[in-house]
Amino acid sequence: MTNQYEAVFIMTPVLSDDQMKEAVSKFEKLLLDKGAEIVHQENWGLRKLAYPIQRKNTGFYHLFEFKAEGSLIKDLEIQFIRDERIMRFLTVKLDKHAISYNQRKRDKKNALVAEVKENN
Amino acid sequence: MANQTEIKYLTPIAVDVKKKKYCRFKKMGIKYIDYKDASFLLRFINEQGKILPRRVTGTSLKYQRKVGQAVKRARHIAVLPYVADLLK
Repeated sequence: MTNQYEAVFIMTPVLSDDQMKEAVSKFEKLLLDKGAEIVHQENWGLRKLAYPIQRKNTGFYHLFEFKAEGSLIKDLEIQFIRDERIMRFLTVKLDKHAISYNQRKRDKKNALVAEVKENN
Repeated sequence: MANQTEIKYLTPIAVDVKKKKYCRFKKMGIKYIDYKDASFLLRFINEQGKILPRRVTGTSLKYQRKVGQAVKRARHIAVLPYVADLLK
């Protein structure tokens, strides 16, 4: 059975923009190769951390929302651990309320973007 | 013997009518608490970053568990601090 998951990870701020994108695409490819369906992804850019991690005060945040088999998560997390660029990660399973919450949040954002475009 | 049981006050004593606490999630129909939304979670922690008890916030047990879970997840991804002072 497939479930919907959400994975947030923090990359070190020492990476350049291209390196950061390269790391993201590596995990995107990994997910697609394993047969996951990416529902949504978000790049929060460089953000300040609430406390230092590996003596860094900032980090690049990225979020994946995907549908996949549960067995994929183990592989994904092993890759997160092995990758030195990843400082922290969190994968959570989304229940039906979470899915609808995320969907509504996206719809609201899309509506806002459309409105701005119309006004311009 | 004087009637001691009857005490008269010049001004009526202020009896505090306690405002009934309510669970904001039940009232507003919120089903999911987002761990990425730091500004919302700030309402459930004190300035040291500790999770506030149910008796203070009035949250029902069902949603208090979810608040706790969300705050702990937020701490893990460095959206909220584990320890702080003067957070607010």
